[in-house]
Amino acid sequence: MKKDKHISRRSFLKGTAAGAATLAIPVGNTDASVWEAFFQQHFQEMDADEKARVIERLEQEYKKRYNREFSIKTTDAMPGVLFGYGLDLSRCIGCRRCVYACVRENNQSRDPQIQWITVLRFEKGEKFVSNLEEADKYYYPEKVPEEEYFYMPVQCQQCENPPCVKVCPSRATWKEPDGIVVIDYNWCIGCRFCMAACPYGARHFNLKTPRIREEEINPETHYLGNRPRYQGVVEKCTFCVQRTRSNPGRYPACVEICPVGARKFGNLLDPDSEIRYCIENKRVFRLKEDLNTSPKFYYFFAT
Amino acid sequence: MGVWRLSILTTALFMIFLLRAGPAAAADKHGIPEFSVPPPPFSEGIFPCSDCHADMETNPERRQLEEHIEIVKMFDHASDQRWCLDCHNPNDRDKLRLASGKLITFEESYYLCGQCHGTIFRDWKAGVHGKRTGEWNGKKIYRLCVHCHNPHSPRFKPLKPLPPPKRPEEIRNSHLTNEQIPSNPLEALLKESDEKR
Ligand code: SF4
Ligand code: SF4
Repeated sequence: MKKDKHISRRSFLKGTAAGAATLAIPVGNTDASVWEAFFQQHFQEMDADEKARVIERLEQEYKKRYNREFSIKTTDAMPGVLFGYGLDLSRCIGCRRCVYACVRENNQSRDPQIQWITVLRFEKGEKFVSNLEEADKYYYPEKVPEEEYFYMPVQCQQCENPPCVKVCPSRATWKEPDGIVVIDYNWCIGCRFCMAACPYGARHFNLKTPRIREEEINPETHYLGNRPRYQGVVEKCTFCVQRTRSNPGRYPACVEICPVGARKFGNLLDPDSEIRYCIENKRVFRLKEDLNTSPKFYYFFAT
Repeated sequence: MGVWRLSILTTALFMIFLLRAGPAAAADKHGIPEFSVPPPPFSEGIFPCSDCHADMETNPERRQLEEHIEIVKMFDHASDQRWCLDCHNPNDRDKLRLASGKLITFEESYYLCGQCHGTIFRDWKAGVHGKRTGEWNGKKIYRLCVHCHNPHSPRFKPLKPLPPPKRPEEIRNSHLTNEQIPSNPLEALLKESDEKR
């Protein structure tokens, strides 16, 4: 904690609960930015001025931490857009390019290792949808695909009815109008209720301050997306909000890297989009549909 | 005054209409969207074919070639039913030839593939079969079929996977310097493919 000067809300709240709030606030050596961080508004309640001030403070904080100039966007959801994702299980070869393209784009910690995408391997013919936990995620053969297996990458399913949002006691996570479930890393208290609530294992916890080589940092960020995280906060896939939320907006990093084109992305409200074509012309299914989470992530078999 | 306003309004509406009509007009009569593709991935020094073939007589007899040995060896694309001149145009070897006799360039080879692989061709046109890069709501970069499938041996070739995630017990309490932090294995891979290009 000494290293990056970020005082988590969690330790602050802990202090308050013990009736010794002042103990948790480092009085002497503290510059104004630490105070500002404590009293930062909820992101959804900030006006443009407040957002600008917060962004400036964060850009400086990150510059100190990583020796790089950062840009942090706060772009709002675009009207008439509801993002959806498709993944073609008949194509995926389990090569894990997507896993590491996501790590690279989204500044996931290299040490300790955090990865938002997990590729599961199943034996062909196995009944798989109900027992994700027993699938093999550590496979490492010379070459993929292997004759007797198929592969299923899993990441945040961007549920329309997200159980993670319901359980968050600090409202640090919510669903945006374009359907992306986001986290405010400055409001997350690290209680990990959301991780327990997520049926897809999509949320990951920063047990320690995330470490990334300075030269591998991606400094093009969004406040609700890939900006660097702190120790003690939860993170997950945001459909690359920093890339996709713009007109024109780029495809997510995992879509662009996939060598077999198994990954499809677009606007569910646009009848001409690629994702609508998949839903209308392919046999799609969603993971653990019976839980009524209503994911916007569609698996399909294109043949 | 009122007339002015009205005409401004109609002009504005008309312009909105034009803007909206844009993308639909971009597809040609075969439903091929306006797209950009990288040039076909020819083996080095092989194109134009006419460099050698212009002065050669065409032998239309189906036979085992003594030239293009690499291709002859790998050829497993319905090889019982077809041979070279079913796709390569006998008279001008720089062109491909459809079953109808129509000649097409190598840049349009998807028409040739689409003759047999109709459902895949349809998915490809919709942006669903194959890799897309670029903008989900703007300019997209397509790939030709032959960028991923060798036309003479089309099955997608197996790849070396990137490493599996660390097991929980492998995660230690380390204090690493910048240089000791593990590099993303994708960086090396991307560098390698950049150098090849
Ligand atoms: S990059 Fe594509 S083929 Fe490779 S594991 Fe990811 S989804 Fe599957
Ligand atoms: S959409 Fe972006 S954040 Fe989500 S898994 Fe793909 S690369 Fe990662």
